[in-house]
Amino acid sequence: MGNTGMSDSGMSKAQSGVGAGRRIATDGDGFILHQDDRRAMLTERDHYEQPQAACIEALKIVQRRHGWVPDGAIAAIAETLGVGTGEVEGVATFYSLIFRQPVGRHVILLCDSSSCFLTGSEELSAALSERLGIRFGETTEDGRFTLLPVCCLGACDRGPAMMIGDDTFGPVAVDDLDELLGAYS
Amino acid sequence: MMAIPGESRLRYHCQLRQSAGERRADTHPLTWRLREDGARIGLDEYREKDGYEAAIRTLEKCTPGDVIGTMKEANVRGRGGGGFSAGLKWSLTQVGDHLPRGYLICNADEMEPGTFKDRLLLEQLPHLLIEGMIIAAYANRSCYGYIFLRSEYVEAARSLALAIGEAREAGLLGKDVAGSGFDFDIALHTGAGRYICGEETALINSLEGKRANPRAKPPFPGQSGAWGKPTVVNNVETLCNAPGVMQHGVDWYRGLSGGRSEDGGTKLYGVSGLVERPGLWELPIGTRGREILDRAGGMREGHTLKAWLPGGGSTGFLLPEHLDLPMDFDTIGQYGSRLGTGLIAVVSRRQSIVSLMRNLEQFFARESCGWCTPCRDGLPWTVKILQALERGEGKPDYIEILEQHTVGLNPARTFCAHAPGAMMPLESALRHFRAEFEAGIAQASLEGVG
Repeated sequence: MGNTGMSDSGMSKAQSGVGAGRRIATDGDGFILHQDDRRAMLTERDHYEQPQAACIEALKIVQRRHGWVPDGAIAAIAETLGVGTGEVEGVATFYSLIFRQPVGRHVILLCDSSSCFLTGSEELSAALSERLGIRFGETTEDGRFTLLPVCCLGACDRGPAMMIGDDTFGPVAVDDLDELLGAYS
Repeated sequence: MMAIPGESRLRYHCQLRQSAGERRADTHPLTWRLREDGARIGLDEYREKDGYEAAIRTLEKCTPGDVIGTMKEANVRGRGGGGFSAGLKWSLTQVGDHLPRGYLICNADEMEPGTFKDRLLLEQLPHLLIEGMIIAAYANRSCYGYIFLRSEYVEAARSLALAIGEAREAGLLGKDVAGSGFDFDIALHTGAGRYICGEETALINSLEGKRANPRAKPPFPGQSGAWGKPTVVNNVETLCNAPGVMQHGVDWYRGLSGGRSEDGGTKLYGVSGLVERPGLWELPIGTRGREILDRAGGMREGHTLKAWLPGGGSTGFLLPEHLDLPMDFDTIGQYGSRLGTGLIAVVSRRQSIVSLMRNLEQFFARESCGWCTPCRDGLPWTVKILQALERGEGKPDYIEILEQHTVGLNPARTFCAHAPGAMMPLESALRHFRAEFEAGIAQASLEGVG
């Protein structure tokens, strides 16, 4: 436990931006894997020929409970699945939706791919940035929102599109932002 | 608390633009079962609408070789964008009594810019996919199937999990599928982001819990894929074509295009961008771009068509004059582009091509897995150059450098199709709209050269 020395060089700029906001308390060193989560990981493991295949889902299980993946969780997952810590960290830093640092209560995924670009995603992202006072990769001061770009959301017929948490919206006009953000406390 | 998100008018609902009246079982094999209200079709409703009949009959009456032969003859071409014959792919899977049974993976990692077709089938018609997977698994002797779903498709994950449970309970998945003696089950595997997971060998690495770097080929997945076993990877829409082919036969399937194309079947076509009614339709394969654009109500008021991407961000730009070409794999391929996923994105005359190219290359640069140098270093270089041209600060040799990239990042020089895909729109943009790129070169620098 307490594995804090891993590099984050595999993270994209958007993920690694620390942000203007305060840092949410981390529990990296004293991480304790919840028993239910451990069980869920072992169940996942049985779906595959090799235990390593369950490590992405294991990271997501930790993230569902904690919002992000602290250093201690990497070692805990490695131990649970019987794979190397480096393997788990390598995976954790590769995937854009695994967060290796704290994020806000609601993660906004703004589609910046071509169809949304053609229907005004850059204006929307500028307005959203201004309203929240953060850029891509950052978290608001109050810990409410983290803003990230995302690959084509497959909602191109209603661009520009975005997700807040698990909810997908589109087309989102700049004037809609107050109503939309207001629903997430 | 203001509007509840679940009820928000802004909430995205995936919807086909064709009414139930227009869709028939013999002409719209992919979508005829869909409901007007867009609700998920459960097992009972699916079975009332002939669901699983094709799979049950196939398991009863056909050999795996029959299935592969039928798929080959029907000319079902890969709907994920590659257009490779599904039957041929299946015939290359290594099977034999002395070999372990392998895996079937459904590629539901839909992330190609401008593509929103698989989402519809996954959310509203999950049993059609499961039925297609049973047929594919039988043909390839796969022991187990995975649906590799992108993590953002939350509704699709719910829908698939429910459907897999229903099918298992009804004896359509698991040991002895429908009393046939064939064992096959499916697990839902959700990803964690990254476009590159859609590349079939990167997808296999990701499924194995590794970084999604592509693998060298050969060996092809059909020989050695997931955990070294023979593995078949097919797109959602491709697999959803299998039940219709097995139920109604080769002649019916090939006839669906109505003489428009040599390719068989129908296709989920769509339009996004500044059109009046963007959307999705199931139409005969080989339907002309103009008809699809007409269904979308044409360009939005105040806009005229300048160019279009026929099937995603990694396809080449076509011009208005190409709207009368049949939208099939071979025809579009002859015009310096690819059919890709078949979902059109229109570009208005008011849109700068240089800016759009900058957006596209930013996407590809960010999504490069970094495994091979031409892609990792070349794509960010094109972004920097396009940004400079966009600001009017380009240098005289910038267009030449872009052209070098379109050659230097070609398929022979990179590990997978990611960078070549990124170069396809760039190469065509330089060919069709060179003046726009030239306009981005700073006047001062030109004078300096003189």
